[in-house]
Amino acid sequence: MNFTLRIWRQANAKAKGKFETYTIENISADTSFLEMMDILNDRLIRQGCEPVAVSKGCKGGDPVAFDHDCREGICGMCSLYINGRAHGPDDDVTTCQLHMRKFNDGDIITIEPWRSRGFPVIKDLVVDRSAFDKILQAGGFISVNTGGVPDANAIPVPKEKSDESMDAAACVGCGACVATCKNGSAMLFVSSRVSSLALLPQGKLEAARRAKAMVAKMDELGFGSCTNTQACEMECPKSISITHIARMNREFLLANLKD
Amino acid sequence: MAEKLNAKIPEGELAEKWTNHKSHIRVVSPANKRKLDIIIVGTGLGGASAAASLGELGYNVKVFCISDSPRRAHSIAAQGGINAAKNYQNDNDSVYRLFYDTIKGGDYRSREGNVYRLAEVSNLIIDQCVAQGVPFARDYGGLLDNRSFGGAQVSRTFYARGQTGQQLLLGAYAALNRAISKKQVTAFPRHEMLDLIVIDGEAKGLIARNLVTGDIERHAAHAVVLATGGYGNVFFLSTNAMNSNGSAAWRSYKKGACFANPCFAQIHPTCIPVHGEQQSKLTLMSESLRNDGRIWVPKKKEDVEKLRNKQINPSQIPEDERDYYLERRYPAFGNLVPRDVASRAAKERCDAGFGVNETGLAVFLDFSTAIQRLGKKVIEQRYGNLFQMYEKITDVNPYEEPMMIYPAIHYTMGGLWVDYNLMTTIPGLYAVGEANFSDHGGNRLGASALMQGLADGYFILPYTIGDYLAGKIQEKKVDTNHPAFVEAERAVCDKMNKLLAVKGAQTVDYYHKRLGRIMWDNVGMARNEAGLKKAIEEIRTLRMEFWENVYVPGEPGEFNQELEKAARVADFFELGELMALDALNRRESCGGHFREEMQTDDGETLRDDNNYMYVSAWEYKGPDAEPERHKETLNYEFVKPSTRNYKD
Repeated sequence: MNFTLRIWRQANAKAKGKFETYTIENISADTSFLEMMDILNDRLIRQGCEPVAVSKGCKGGDPVAFDHDCREGICGMCSLYINGRAHGPDDDVTTCQLHMRKFNDGDIITIEPWRSRGFPVIKDLVVDRSAFDKILQAGGFISVNTGGVPDANAIPVPKEKSDESMDAAACVGCGACVATCKNGSAMLFVSSRVSSLALLPQGKLEAARRAKAMVAKMDELGFGSCTNTQACEMECPKSISITHIARMNREFLLANLKD
Repeated sequence: MAEKLNAKIPEGELAEKWTNHKSHIRVVSPANKRKLDIIIVGTGLGGASAAASLGELGYNVKVFCISDSPRRAHSIAAQGGINAAKNYQNDNDSVYRLFYDTIKGGDYRSREGNVYRLAEVSNLIIDQCVAQGVPFARDYGGLLDNRSFGGAQVSRTFYARGQTGQQLLLGAYAALNRAISKKQVTAFPRHEMLDLIVIDGEAKGLIARNLVTGDIERHAAHAVVLATGGYGNVFFLSTNAMNSNGSAAWRSYKKGACFANPCFAQIHPTCIPVHGEQQSKLTLMSESLRNDGRIWVPKKKEDVEKLRNKQINPSQIPEDERDYYLERRYPAFGNLVPRDVASRAAKERCDAGFGVNETGLAVFLDFSTAIQRLGKKVIEQRYGNLFQMYEKITDVNPYEEPMMIYPAIHYTMGGLWVDYNLMTTIPGLYAVGEANFSDHGGNRLGASALMQGLADGYFILPYTIGDYLAGKIQEKKVDTNHPAFVEAERAVCDKMNKLLAVKGAQTVDYYHKRLGRIMWDNVGMARNEAGLKKAIEEIRTLRMEFWENVYVPGEPGEFNQELEKAARVADFFELGELMALDALNRRESCGGHFREEMQTDDGETLRDDNNYMYVSAWEYKGPDAEPERHKETLNYEFVKPSTRNYKD
C-alpha cells in the first residue's frame, strides 16, 4: 500500500510548527501504524543515501519524534492524532494497535500531536503529559503505608462493584480524552481514578476528599470544563464510560456539602 | 574469589532464615533516615514499590525513569497474574509448596533461602495490593478468585482480568504518587541513567541525561538501587517494550558489579508469530490462556500443507486428526507445563514440519473445547481483552478459529548478582526485580515476576538496605564536584559524541535487527558449541562495523530518540557477547538454557548437577580482556534436586 503522510513537525516547545508532506510506498496491510512510522524514519535518516551497499553516509534527514513503548496497547505512551481522531480510525485501540489494513491504498493521512493547553508539545508528535501525574499526586491513592494492612479477604467486596472498579481502572493515562475534548477537559481521566477507588470499601473512606483535591488540581493545571459532549468516551481506547464522571460529580458534591 | 561472592544466606532452618535475619540486621532511626539519600532507577513494580516504601520510612528518595511517567514501566504489560501461597482455594497450597514449585520450575539453579523468602512474603503482597485498591477478580461471595498457571498443580494465581501487571503497577504508582505529594520522594521522569558513580569502592550516585533537553546531570546518594528490568531486547524482537534496555545494569557491570547467569533467558511459548521483516516487536498472549486453551498441530503433513495454502480452516480438521502434543507428552501437567518445556515442545513440532502458518513457525492454541464446555460468555469474561487484542493484530476471530502462537523472548532470569540483602558486588548498589538474578534459576514460572518485583520492593529491600545505611549516618554527603563525577560525566559525553561523529551509512535499527538475528539463531531456544562460538565472532565483527558505520542524526543537547537507541544498542552488543560466552561455558541443559549436546533420548533437558550446580558471576576486566568468571556454588540443604518431571 502507498500513502501520503502530512505530519506535524516542530523542533521544540518554543519553535513554530508546521505540516510536512511525505510519501511512503510498499507498506504491508499487516504493518502496524507505528511500524509504518519506523519505516518512514528509517528512510528519513537515509534520505539522499545511495543504495544500502554503497557506504557513502546518510544525509541524515531528521526523523519524526513520537512517543511509544509497549506496542501492545497498555502503557499509554503512544499518542497520535490521526485524521482528526485520537488514536486514529479504529475503535477501542491505542495507536500502537492500529494496523494499516484500516486504511485504503493511496490515502492521505494527517498525523498530529495531542493538542491541548494541558499538554504542551515537546517535539514533533511528543507532548508533555506530566499534568496527569500531578493530578494523581493530588489524591489518586488510598492513604496506606507499606505493611500493617488486613488480610486480603478480610473485607468482602461485591463482585459487581469490583468489576465496575476494574472497568474504570483500565485507563492507560494516554490522554486521548483530553485531546479529543473541545474543552480540553480531563474529566474522564480524573473520574476513572476517583470512581475506581470510590467503588471499593478500601477507597470509600477518602472518596470525597480525593474527588475535591483532584478536581481542584485539574482546574489549576488549565484543563477545561466538561460539557457532556461524550466525545471522550467515544475515543477512549479502553472504552471507559462517562458514568464514572457522574460518580465523581456525586463525590465532589458531597465533599462540598461537607465543607 | 570466595570473598567476591558472599551470598550471606542466613544459617538455620529454611522457614526461620528470613525471620532470624530480619531480627538481627541493623535499623536506622527516624531522625537519621532524614539524613540519608537513596537513588532508585526504574519505576516498574520493583522500583515504584521500593521508592514508595523507602520514602514512607523517611529516607530522601530520588526516583528516575526513562518514560514520561512512572506508570509506563513495562511491568504494566504483565497480563496473567501474581502468585501467592494464600491457599484460599483449600487445594492444599502452602508457603513450602510455592517455594518447592518455584525451585523445581527454576530447574534447581536458584537459591533455596531466597526462594523460600519470596514464597513467605507472597501473601503480604496480596494484602498490600488489596489495601491499595487493586481490583482483583472476585467471586460472587465477594472473596478473591484464583486461577492456575504453568508449573503448578494448585490455583494460586491472583488476577485482574488480563491486566494484572497494570493494576499492580497502578497500585505501586499510587503509593509512589502519595510519597511524592508528601515530598518523601522526588521523581525524575524522562531521565536516563548513563553511568554509576563509584567512590572508594562504594556506589555514590549516577550520571543521568534529561531526555527532553539533553542536559547531563549529576546526582549523589548514599545508596543506589537499580530496578531497571531485564535485557530481552538484545534479541530486537521480544515481548519487551521498545524502550526496555539493559544499559543501567550493563554500565554498573562495567563499574564492577558482577553479572550473573546472563545466558538464562526465558522464551515464552504463547506469543503471536512473526509476520514480516518490518515487525518491531512481538506480542504476548497470556499464559493464563493455557488454563482453557489446548495446544495442537495436525497429525498429518497433508493437513499442514492445506493449512499453509489456506485450502482449509483449522476448525475443519477433525478431533482425532489433531496432535495435542503437550497432553500427549506430559499427561500430568498437560497444557500447563512450564514455559521452557512448552516452548521447546512447540519448536520440536515445527522443526519436524508441522508448523501451521506460511513460515512454518506456529502452532494452534484452541478454545473450542472450552467454549463448548463453559459457553462463549464465560470465556469472554475470562479472556475478553486478550481475544480482542489478538483479533486487532491478526484479523482472525479466536472465538471461531484457534489462535496461532509461537515462542518468543520474554524475560531474563539472569541479571546483576546480588547477595541475600539484594546488594550487588559493589557495596551500596542494590538490584531488585528482573534486574537481579536470584530467584528464578534457569526458568521463571508464570505469575512469579510480579511477585518477585513487589516482594523485593515492598518487603525485602526496605529492611535490608537499612543494614547498610546504618553504617552511613556519620558520612558526609558526596559533593557532585568530586573527581569521580567529573570523570564519569566526561566519559558519558565522549561516548555520545563518538556515536554522533561516526556519520556512517546504516541506521541504529539496522544493526539492532542484525544483532537480534545472531542472538535468536545461536543463543535462542537451542544452543550448541559451534553456534555459540560463531555467534561470539559474528557479534564482535558486527559491533566493530556498528562503531564505524552507524548513522546517528541530531545533537546531544536536544530530544534525540536515535541517540538514546544508539547508546543502548552499543551496550546490547557487549551484553549479547557475554550471554553467548556464558551459554558456551554452561555445557548442560537446564531451564531455558538448552544445549543441544545435552539432551535425553526423547529430547528432554539433561542437567549436569555434578559440574554446573553453580551461579556464574562474570566480572568485567576491561574492554579488551575476557571477563573473569566467579562461581557461587548452590547448596541444596532442604530440597533434593531431581530430574524435573511433568509427565506423571
